[in-house]
Amino acid sequence: MQLNVNGRSREIDVEPDVPLLWVIRDELNLTGTKFGCGVGACGACTVHVNGKPMRSCVLPVSAALDAQITTIEGIGAEGLSAVQAAWILHQVPQCGYCQSGVIMAVSALLAANPAPTQDELGSVITNICRCGTYTRMRSAVSALAGGGGVRK
Amino acid sequence: MISRRKVLLGAAAATGTLIVGYALWPSGRLREADRLAGKSGERFLAYWIKISDDDTVTVIIPHCDMGTGIFTALLQMAAEELGADWSKTRAETAPPDPLFANGALVEGFALSHEGMSRDSVPAFLQGSVLAAGNRLARFMDIQVTGGSSAVSNTGVYGVRVAAAAAREMLVAAAADSLKAPLNAFHTESSRVIHKPSGRSFRFGELAAAASRYSPSSHPTLKSRSEYTLVGKTVPRIDIPAKVNGATQYGIDIQMPGMQYAAIKISPIFGGKLISVNEASIAGNPGIKKVIKLDDAVIVVADRFWRAQRAADRLETVFSDAGNAAVSSNSIRERHLGALNQGSVKHEFSVGKGAKALQNQAAVECVYQVPYLAHAAMEPVNATALYKADDTLEIWAGSQDGLGARAFCAKAAGIHLDKVAFHLLPSGGAFGRRLPGLWNFLTYAVKAAMALPGTPVKLIFTREQDLRHDYYRPNVTSRFKAALNPDGGPAVWINEYTTDNDSNAAAHIVYDVPNQAYGAVKVVTPVPVGPWRSVESSWHGFFIESFIDELAHQANRDPLEYRRAMLTRKPRHLAVLDLAAEKAGWGAPPAPGRGRGIAMVECFGTIVAHVAEVEVSDDGGLKVHRITCAVDCGMAVNPDGFEAQIEGAIVFGLSAALYGEITLAHGAVEQQNFPDYPVVRLADCPAIEVHIKESDAPLGGGGEPGTPPVAPAVTNAIFAATGIRIRELPISKHALKRGA
Repeated sequence: MQLNVNGRSREIDVEPDVPLLWVIRDELNLTGTKFGCGVGACGACTVHVNGKPMRSCVLPVSAALDAQITTIEGIGAEGLSAVQAAWILHQVPQCGYCQSGVIMAVSALLAANPAPTQDELGSVITNICRCGTYTRMRSAVSALAGGGGVRK
Repeated sequence: MISRRKVLLGAAAATGTLIVGYALWPSGRLREADRLAGKSGERFLAYWIKISDDDTVTVIIPHCDMGTGIFTALLQMAAEELGADWSKTRAETAPPDPLFANGALVEGFALSHEGMSRDSVPAFLQGSVLAAGNRLARFMDIQVTGGSSAVSNTGVYGVRVAAAAAREMLVAAAADSLKAPLNAFHTESSRVIHKPSGRSFRFGELAAAASRYSPSSHPTLKSRSEYTLVGKTVPRIDIPAKVNGATQYGIDIQMPGMQYAAIKISPIFGGKLISVNEASIAGNPGIKKVIKLDDAVIVVADRFWRAQRAADRLETVFSDAGNAAVSSNSIRERHLGALNQGSVKHEFSVGKGAKALQNQAAVECVYQVPYLAHAAMEPVNATALYKADDTLEIWAGSQDGLGARAFCAKAAGIHLDKVAFHLLPSGGAFGRRLPGLWNFLTYAVKAAMALPGTPVKLIFTREQDLRHDYYRPNVTSRFKAALNPDGGPAVWINEYTTDNDSNAAAHIVYDVPNQAYGAVKVVTPVPVGPWRSVESSWHGFFIESFIDELAHQANRDPLEYRRAMLTRKPRHLAVLDLAAEKAGWGAPPAPGRGRGIAMVECFGTIVAHVAEVEVSDDGGLKVHRITCAVDCGMAVNPDGFEAQIEGAIVFGLSAALYGEITLAHGAVEQQNFPDYPVVRLADCPAIEVHIKESDAPLGGGGEPGTPPVAPAVTNAIFAATGIRIRELPISKHALKRGA
């Protein structure tokens, strides 16, 4: 089987029902995408499949064979993306474990809706962060959406 | 040779105030450190501080990175005392070797608690003490990250002292070189400068010569007024690698030939494995081994997904260990029974204690909090490699690298010298990776020993992580109070359940003339452990709820009621006033809204929150805003400190609103995040953190923000609806007015 990840075609040999998450992590050694719950509830495993944010822990790899897949390692390949830069400026991460998934989800949201309201942000970004970095995520997105570059 | 332990204990015991928290290393030890943790061109000048020929200052941090920003804060403290150029400093995780044990952690504690004994050991360290056979000497061989102690203990008593000693050695080398007096020099921007002549040396030029001087045990430290870096916000050094997937957590270790392990632990606490039907997974691909343990079965396969699926499908029978009837209700009844058995022994009292109650009418309230899981985002895991030559190598996140290494050696039955432990960043921990909570290490070692020569990565699924945690205890507390004619409490009695010892956090800061406290031990089969803010997480809720109830009983404003009992506590008063002022306490909230206030001091830091909530006509709850004021003495990295308080507030809010681990038939009922909900972005209130500096010693940052959240919110709910919540979580209660 062939899988297109971060612009590269990769040969894989796995059962078709293996969740995409484990293929990305353990076959392709791209460990920036995280395992958090295994049931699509926390969003730590979020990647882009044809530009759409998908929870890779519940997506069988067979459903992604013809797609363009982007992981956290792919979005900043040519220098930091705007979202990544804002995440540093606003000092969002604490432990950082959930942030790959959050950054992927936010990047997809902003590509579709460059200026989301706080309500839109809350209804779309349902990722879990146990460190509780939500207020900083809001500030960073608000700055990216044109609300100014300074936190608070 | 001077014994490090003797120095530490001797200093603490003899003077009580002399600061020698960092280890006084003779030169032999420094060269041993060079060998263990030095690279080409680098040399240790003092414990934890090495300087390289190119001027790079590296600080060895005897802690783990679990997301709290302590590597940055400790590096700031070192750079400040050294006079180092911030851009030429870096931090490194200490090797889990006794040479890098964190005596300062214990020192900081010993200095603030005279006559340290088993009973006075703080809860977050008790696992270390128990593992070490209760011997204080062994207690020194730890590298624990917990108890909000990294800055307040390691930083204050360790890192900054070591850095100041290193600075004095650099200055001594420069002074000898120029044959000039020591006081003619100062350090700045990683240079030692001779003021009269303007001549200067780079740190790197002096490092070799400086390493020939002995570090002082009590170097001159800067005063706060001299600080140029400590107290200023700097970007956290760990963050860039956390936005591009580069940080390698324990779970990310990959190595050739590695196999993956999934585990199924007895669902009932204490249950033993009776049988396994391996035929039930015959034909599953990639299975390498099924390992039967006393209380669990481990499936090892060539891919984690294969191991996990096989473990799910594997037919197993476990015993119930006689615990099949244990449930949340049965534990609650035991708690109430224990508190009602007549006389709970009061082990601590103030004034006349409970005798002051006499025949007065008492206000009596019972509160309860449930078990809680840590549920850090990275499920617990460890990778282990056991070789036929009886050596063991482990890769994992742990809140005590050195302790974990010793623990794994014991689990494998081999000498410490044959065990290497690679401490990796943790995707959150909140207490879950402290000593005493290491079931994941035990199982990983056992899996590796069953497959000699093969690295095995054991990962708990979220379900196993949630169902086999060491939980924040379920606690019940009964209060009685009698009021003065002015409504203030004259007598305060608190009797509560405990899984272990009595809790220091039960004691109030409020000025009440007669107080009595009694703990009654109720042992259950449920494993319990420290959870962000430990005892304060429950006593904060209990105390601040009861105070609020008394204020309303007395028809007095809850803020004013507290203030009247804090006239001898100016720091507490200032924090309370600042939170109230910033929250607009004096002005009435919008219709349908209510405000609640609560204040808790723990880990040397005082935090007050004002919560503003809205309850809709159909009982829907929205927490709009949490306004926080905090006095931690001084925040080393103010923005990083605020981030910890913000996070601690969200952590406390998840617990207050939804957090509950329940038991039925001896097992945890919850499985995963869908039935163990936590706060997400949409539910997160606006949070404001206001730091109130004081001249108090530096307090902790990671935990103190959590305890006052629940009572601030429930007090606000009462203000909005008249509904008093005495049992968490809030989600159990109908908030409809008049309900």
